[in-house]
Amino acid sequence: MKILVPLKRVADPDNANKVKIPASGEKIDTAGLEWKPNPFDEYALEAALRLTENGQQPKVRAGEVVVVTFGPKDTETTLRAALATGADRAIRVDTTDDKLDGDLVARALKALVDREKPDVVLMGKQAVDGDSNQVGQILAELLDWPMATFAATIREEQGALLVGREVDGGVATLRVRLPAVVTVDLRIVAPQSVYSLKTAQTFKYNDGVRFAALPAIMAAKKKPLAEVKLADLAADQGLKVQYHGFQPPPARKAGIKVKDVADLVSRLKNEAKVL
Amino acid sequence: MADVLVVAEVAEGKLKKTTHSAVTFAQKAAAALGGTYSILVIGDGASGAAAEAQGLGAAKVLVAEDASLKSYLAERYAPTVAEVGKGYAVVVGTASAYGKDLLPRVAARLGAGYASDISDVIAEGSQLRYKRPMYAGNAFGLCSVSTPIQVVSVRQSAFAAAEPSGGQSPVEKVAVKAPSGAAERVEFVSFDQVKSARPELAEARVVVSGGRALKEKFAQVLDPLADALGAAVGASRAACDAGYAPSDLQVGQTGKIVAPQLYLAIGISGAIQHLAGMKGSKVIVAINKDADAPIFQVADYGLVADLFTTVPELVKGIQAAKS
Ligand SMILES: Cc1cc2nc3c(=O)[nH]c(=O)nc-3n(C[C@H](O)[C@H](O)[C@H](O)COP(=O)(O)OP(=O)(O)OC[C@H]3O[C@@H](n4cnc5c(N)ncnc54)[C@H](O)[C@@H]3O)c2cc1C
Repeated sequence: MKILVPLKRVADPDNANKVKIPASGEKIDTAGLEWKPNPFDEYALEAALRLTENGQQPKVRAGEVVVVTFGPKDTETTLRAALATGADRAIRVDTTDDKLDGDLVARALKALVDREKPDVVLMGKQAVDGDSNQVGQILAELLDWPMATFAATIREEQGALLVGREVDGGVATLRVRLPAVVTVDLRIVAPQSVYSLKTAQTFKYNDGVRFAALPAIMAAKKKPLAEVKLADLAADQGLKVQYHGFQPPPARKAGIKVKDVADLVSRLKNEAKVL
Repeated sequence: MADVLVVAEVAEGKLKKTTHSAVTFAQKAAAALGGTYSILVIGDGASGAAAEAQGLGAAKVLVAEDASLKSYLAERYAPTVAEVGKGYAVVVGTASAYGKDLLPRVAARLGAGYASDISDVIAEGSQLRYKRPMYAGNAFGLCSVSTPIQVVSVRQSAFAAAEPSGGQSPVEKVAVKAPSGAAERVEFVSFDQVKSARPELAEARVVVSGGRALKEKFAQVLDPLADALGAAVGASRAACDAGYAPSDLQVGQTGKIVAPQLYLAIGISGAIQHLAGMKGSKVIVAINKDADAPIFQVADYGLVADLFTTVPELVKGIQAAKS
């Protein structure tokens, strides 16, 4: 199976309370924030690796995982990290975040899919900076491919994927015939979430994503990394969504610590009047 | 062309409450654009839901019903929604799992820009600007969509549910558009519903949420508290991942967004991803044994205590206060 995994570098959301908005409100100031791969994309990569190996030690790889990012030269660090954990090949589409919106990324990815012809595009359900949750769905429509969004479990079948999706009120299961787009949710990296045709049904992965061993980090430096111009993938680089400014969220006024349960109940009843 | 189309959400032949939030958006947007709004009810059992939608003050209620729409699949719904959407300036739905899944596909079909999960709409002349939370709620972006048709999803907790208008909108049937190739390659297999007699998280007046600290005693400790308050139950990601609570209950940036009158965070540290989903609550109570837990920075009332002894006491206290 050939899988394409789009990866986005984001300002570390655990540092997000340090996201600064200058008084002009013109842009979000990410200076000094740590960059890291969007966690959902890391989960997608982990799921892709699990789908292309046999779930045994030593692992035998079957198929190919190609990672792609949109960004300036220094986003190659993100791609190299992905290569170190097991991706086979990387592509960087040269551009910067401010020249993109979800629609343009999806259009460029479509052109890339037309070239690469993967069986699956596996990606995060949202990037934790823009929180937009749209690229996978748009891409699927542009390709006229079926999709399964918010995947918590994936089971490979002959020519298809059986996907358990986390939706309101429970889990919806879909079968998508390949090629297809799958976007992943948090629980996709649980020990028994992803099974390829070759994985024994009893096999359990470690919880979470794998880390790269030092030799793999060295080897990743030699793996192929291609650069593509955005213009080669999208003739029309117009943005459909434009940002005009940013605001900080309203501050909450500082609360108080109560002495004990009786104090809490009395304040909820008499002060906040919510009981 | 300055009209707004609301894409309703239907479950078991009934209109889901999410629809009412999208209608509130539509009322605001249509007023700004000098147009009207209509509601599209699509799916199996749509005619039953349409009767409900008729009471929401729309210019008309459009009904698309067909056996092929029995189980929801974006690949089967999007073609019809997009076809109907062609006559409108704005197509809106709620950023529920349904809206998040369907609307980007609709936007792509229409060649339209899509602004997701918006928390406000602001009129600038006849232009609409959308406010959307980003960076786990640490910033709001103001954006506009430049295409002739705009597609948006609205955050349910940020738009109050529309009330019945007293009127009766006319109903019109619309043809179901044949889907494209993608629909042939996707099959609905099953829906494992998490059944609960409690109110839905997004609509509850009170939410009681538990974190990893509750361990296997999640339900045993929280259920009596939720019962005493008539509350919905929520959970942190860590509690869901560990299997203490169903993942459907996750509150946060990447789970459900809630904004009840009263939110109780029990044994929840208050990571930014969790705060992003509940910061909008009117009154926040936190119980945590760690006095430095970040949850206390947003809590109106914080109690530093062991939850296993405190929650049962609190249940008694609330019962006494209420009787
Ligand atoms: C991409 C991504 C998305 C995420 N999305 C979400 C999301 O949507 N929602 C979400 O909640 N999280 C989300 N998270 C996870 C988030 O970062 C935190 O890990 C999570 O919220 C922590 O859950 P917790 O507070 O229950 O657990 P912990 O961090 O383990 O905290 C447990 C708390 O319980 C307290 N405690 C322990 N024992 C007791 C006791 N006996 N009595 C009282 N207090 C006690 C501790 O002091 C501690 O504060 C996301 C993370 C990532 C990377």
